Amino acid sequence: MLAQDFLRYTVKSVSSQRLRSFLTATGIAVGIGAVVLLTSLGEGLQHFVLAEFTQFGTNLISVNPGKVTTHGISGALISNVRPLTIEDAQTLKNIPQIIDTVSVLQGNAAIESSGRQRRTTIYGVDASAARVWRFEIAAGRFLPNDPPRAARSFVVLGSKVRQELFGSSQALGARVRIGGELFRVIGSMESKGQLLGFDLDDSVYIPTSKAMALFNRDSLMEINLLHTAGSSSTSVAEQVKKVLIARHGSEDFSITTQEKMLEVLGGVLGTLTFAVGAIGGISLLVGGVGILTIMSIAVNERTGEIGLLRAMGVERSQILALFLGEAVVLAAIGGLAGLVLGVGGSWLFSLLIPALPAHTSWSYAAAAELLAVVVGLIAGVLPARRAAGQHPVEALRAE
Amino acid sequence: MIHLQHIERMFMVGEEEVHALRDVSMRAEAGEYIAIMGPSGSGKSSLLNILGLLDRPDSGSYELDGTLVSGLDEKQQAAIRMHKIGFVFQFFHLVPRLSAFENVALPLILSGVKPDERQTRVTAALASFGLGNRARHRPDQLSGGQRQRVAIARATIMQPSVILADEPTGNLDRSSGIEVAEILEELNRQGMTLIMVTHDPEMGKRSRRQILMVDGRIQ
Repeated sequence: MLAQDFLRYTVKSVSSQRLRSFLTATGIAVGIGAVVLLTSLGEGLQHFVLAEFTQFGTNLISVNPGKVTTHGISGALISNVRPLTIEDAQTLKNIPQIIDTVSVLQGNAAIESSGRQRRTTIYGVDASAARVWRFEIAAGRFLPNDPPRAARSFVVLGSKVRQELFGSSQALGARVRIGGELFRVIGSMESKGQLLGFDLDDSVYIPTSKAMALFNRDSLMEINLLHTAGSSSTSVAEQVKKVLIARHGSEDFSITTQEKMLEVLGGVLGTLTFAVGAIGGISLLVGGVGILTIMSIAVNERTGEIGLLRAMGVERSQILALFLGEAVVLAAIGGLAGLVLGVGGSWLFSLLIPALPAHTSWSYAAAAELLAVVVGLIAGVLPARRAAGQHPVEALRAE
Repeated sequence: MIHLQHIERMFMVGEEEVHALRDVSMRAEAGEYIAIMGPSGSGKSSLLNILGLLDRPDSGSYELDGTLVSGLDEKQQAAIRMHKIGFVFQFFHLVPRLSAFENVALPLILSGVKPDERQTRVTAALASFGLGNRARHRPDQLSGGQRQRVAIARATIMQPSVILADEPTGNLDRSSGIEVAEILEELNRQGMTLIMVTHDPEMGKRSRRQILMVDGRIQ
């Protein structure tokens, strides 16, 4: 039997029972549609979250004071933690793969200007922060590259702070008080939105040394490092560790590479996507049972045809292939319809909720169609085997 | 040429053993026209099933055109059915969703004949059976006589050496029955061996040789 004749025969068998085939294929379509839609949403979520986390750049390493250990002893009990300093950050800048460092100190304080006051998050950072964290400046400029210990009292406002304090009037050059200290506004930022509930626009940036004075601290909360795109984050982290151990005498700090963080995050989200897809798979299973049912009925109804085909010299294996082929054709049609449903559904979803865009990858779509075919194949095995097992004499007598 | 020797066939029907064929031996030369007759349950159909390789005897040998086909495996027997044997059934056994043309083309499709060759052979066959203008009709749009003619066209499209007909006129009115019998006899005149099971004495008389079966034996 020629391949195209085989295909035509099976398609004709399926299409001759229009309503029945349509309903059966719908079962598969719903299953595949659910799988595609749910995995698209999962993928979309993954893309969305990863994009949120990489908006500050990707080649980042952060160093925090205190060693994360598995020993359950609080750091306060034996407090031998030596704090991170601006000098640590300066030294780390000497590692060749490190492009820049940011010494970070964060706190809360009131900021006031001409009678208006607002409590907001204050970030003590270096001039390099704009580059390392990929800040977009809306007006003016970011903090100047002053000597770290003798920085001038400039402040850059987040978009929300600027809006609240100054409204539509000119902010650049204005004097503001932060925790009683006077600062001059040198720039304001583009809106960055929220990250995990933190409003990034409701914050202001001042030089690290000023923040240290403001909060009366002599150490940093964190050092952020930007390394070159080509270098491996683990090897850079290794060098950072060496340098800091040499300076501190022991490993009293923790290094987190963003690569590692994204890997973990991506893994979690990937598992979530898979789990959600598996839930959609349950409806696919129901669709498979539908095919099994309808193929069993078809084999019963067409016993005479099976007998005829055997009398005309068709072998058992070919009967098996014909009925398997029908099950697969049913499932494949359902699968294609399901792809349309799923892709259309996720398109609609991203239209309704633009913040969480669904993302259908072609590999998922291809895998879904393949899955439909496999479901058809599995569902078809039992009825097809029964068809192939018919004795020709018995089968011919059936009509 | 058909040569059966000492064919035995037993069935179990529930607890009971039914001896369908008892020591059946027969010969049919190429081009013969034989009617197998007898009361129902006498083993006519069982014999036809053995002749058509649809069933295997419990013992005995079957030789067809010089080949000992009773010794062949299932695959080889299927090939013999495809190329050497044409079946005509009482209830036509047309595939309801296929047109007359497609029904006749079915053996060619199954044996892998190319579409353009199929086209010419099936068109010619339909025309010679007076079905030229019925090619696109489905079986339920055809009369009983037309259906059986389609079935005969299908049975002979592969140019078999033997036609096995099981009550081919049993489901037809008198005039259609005679029409169908004449078609089969014409094919027989062209050289195909025709073996027909019937319990209609009128049909039996038309054949050149009758085999009477009673209780699983040839009388």
